[in-house]
Order: sequence, then C-alpha cells, then structure tokens
Amino acid sequence: MADVYVNVPLKVQTLLNKDLYVTKIRKKSRLRWLFLALLLVLLPAGVYAQDDPITDDEVNAVAKDVYCPVCESTPLDVCPTAACADWRELIRTKLAEGQSRDEILEYFARQYGDGVLSNPPRRGASLIVLWVLPILGVLAGLLLFGWLLRGMRKPAPEAPAAPVSRPKAATGDPELDDYIARIEKEVGE
Amino acid sequence: MNETLQTTPTPAEKAPRRGIRWSMVLLWAAMLAILAVLAWGLINTTAARPEVGQVAPDFGVEFFDGYEWDTLPVANLSDMRGKPVVLNFWASWCVECRYETDTLEQAWLKYRDDGVVFLGVAYADVEPNSIAYMKEFGVSFPHAPDLGTDISQEYEITGVPETFFIDKDGVIRHVQIGAVDQQMLDTLIPQMLAD
Repeated sequence: MADVYVNVPLKVQTLLNKDLYVTKIRKKSRLRWLFLALLLVLLPAGVYAQDDPITDDEVNAVAKDVYCPVCESTPLDVCPTAACADWRELIRTKLAEGQSRDEILEYFARQYGDGVLSNPPRRGASLIVLWVLPILGVLAGLLLFGWLLRGMRKPAPEAPAAPVSRPKAATGDPELDDYIARIEKEVGE
Repeated sequence: MNETLQTTPTPAEKAPRRGIRWSMVLLWAAMLAILAVLAWGLINTTAARPEVGQVAPDFGVEFFDGYEWDTLPVANLSDMRGKPVVLNFWASWCVECRYETDTLEQAWLKYRDDGVVFLGVAYADVEPNSIAYMKEFGVSFPHAPDLGTDISQEYEITGVPETFFIDKDGVIRHVQIGAVDQQMLDTLIPQMLAD
C-alpha cells in the first residue's frame, strides 16, 4: 500500500485515503462503544463485590479485644465456638455499616457487659478494681518501703556520756584559770 | 483576797504533741481498701448459684420487639409473683436448644390459660440471630435478651439450655440443666399450679 503514495501530492493522498480515515474513525468509535458496554457489564459486579469488603484481618483486629462469655479465657479472634463465630460476623456487619472500632466495643460492652472487653472502660467497679486499687497498692508499698528504710537508717539512741572529770586548772592566775575553764566548757559541749 | 489557781501540767500535757503522720494514715487507708476489695471478690466468687428451695433472684427484662408479657414491653420477675414461671436460658447458636424449643412452645400454649408464665432469655446471642431463631420455630411466649449477661450471671448458669422452674411464691422448685422434655413439663407445671 505504501507504494501507492509514491510521488502523489499530500492533498491528493488525503483525498485518496478518505475512506481509510472514515474506516479508522468507525473502528475507534466501535472500540469506545465496546469499552462502554464492558464497563456497564463490569460495574454492577464491582458494586456487588463492595458489599462485603471487610477482611478477616479487619474483623480480628476488633475481635482480639473481645472475650465471649461462653469461652471466657479465649479471645474472640481465635475462639472456635459457634457463639464466637456469630459475634465475629456481627463485628463484620458493624464494620461494613461504617461503625468505628470504639463504637463496636461500646456496643458489645452495653449488650454483654463490660467483662467481655479485654480492656474494660474506666467506670464503676472496673475503675476501682483495675485503676484506683493498683495505684493505692503501689503507693502503700512505696510508703511502707520508705518507712522501713527510714527505720533502718536511724542510728540507735546513744547513751548519755558520763561527765568527764578533769582536774580543775589551777595556774594561780585567775584570769588564765577562767580562760581555761571556758575553753574546757566549750570543748565539752 | 484573790487567789489565782494554778494548775500543774500533767506529764501527758507536758509531752510535745506529735503531728498526724499523713503518710501512715494513707498507708493504712490503702491497706484497708485493698483488703475490702479482696474480701468483696472472695465473697462474689464463692457466691453459690441459686438452688432448689431458694427464692429466685429478681431481675428485669426488656422483651424483644414483638414480644411482651401482660402487654408490657419490660417486666421484672417479681411482677410475676403469684404465677408459676418457667425461666428458660437459650441461644440461637445452641444445638441442644433446638430439641426443646418446640416442646416449650407447645407447653406454653397448653398452660398459658392456667396462668403459667414462660420466659425465654437469650444468652450471649446476637439479636438478629435470636429473632431469626424465634421466627424459625414460631415461638410466641415472651423472650428477652440477657442484656449485660446480668441474668445469667445472677443465676450462675452452667450453659444453655438451662431451665428454672419457679413456683408462685418465687421459690425455685427445679433446675434443669440441658433440654427439657414434655414429660418433665407435664409433671412439674401441674405440681406448681396445685401448690
């Protein structure tokens, strides 16, 4: 085909290739329609897929802080019971509804009691047992320790020293005697 | 002649007054608080579950939508005093509960006109699942969720299903761990009605 255009002016080439251009435009148009049709077919599938976009990891990130009363010592994310499976599904549903982690935990506390949370809210008995008492306990321990330490460091009371009897200075000079007496008194103190 | 009375200070008065050692007060207060809570915890853990012959602990319930007792959406067990009560703990995830639900519904239909109260309490259950379960079995007697698991804790249930038969005076007459059957219901309910 390229040989056809040899020595033919550009305007003539354009005129000669008009049909070819039209065909190309039609092809492009068909491609666009095809793309649009494909989009229309795939779009609902995409929307449908978004109905359950919550992954197990997202569910377990919340579930690990919840303990089902049926199996008290096992966190919800690893508990194999049917009850816990239902609770995990409930978390999935609530996450899909757009609820935050805190909102979900609050719901579980309200519905099943504060005891189902690994980190119970700071209120009521939880506040006293888990926060106030440990602090009081530590304070009491520190005070007791300080008190014992002080008792160990305190020196035993010394017995009153027996008065030392020294011969009174007698130099014969009353002034000097007086001076020596004062010095002895000060040293004695 | 004016005489001035002079009082001689006693040795105790002569002694220098020691200030309050606040650190010691705090220490003892902390010790007492810790001991009090430990005692409280000990009492709670050793609290026995309500047994046959004891008065059933009172509680309040808020029934599921569409369920009521005596046209009331909320009720206390004490409101039902004077009527025998069959208190049944169940859950939608509980397989054994499925064996007794229809039996309980049939017994409710049989004895409700005699004034017997049937009360279902859904334990650790997800509300939509509870509702679906009740629809599946066509349950019509009053049902409520165990909010905060307060009721199951109060009754110290060992699991589900578990059923407490409470007489007109509010005294527990029988505790059934596991599913109830028709024969049991037909024996115990007439006894409670007769008393």
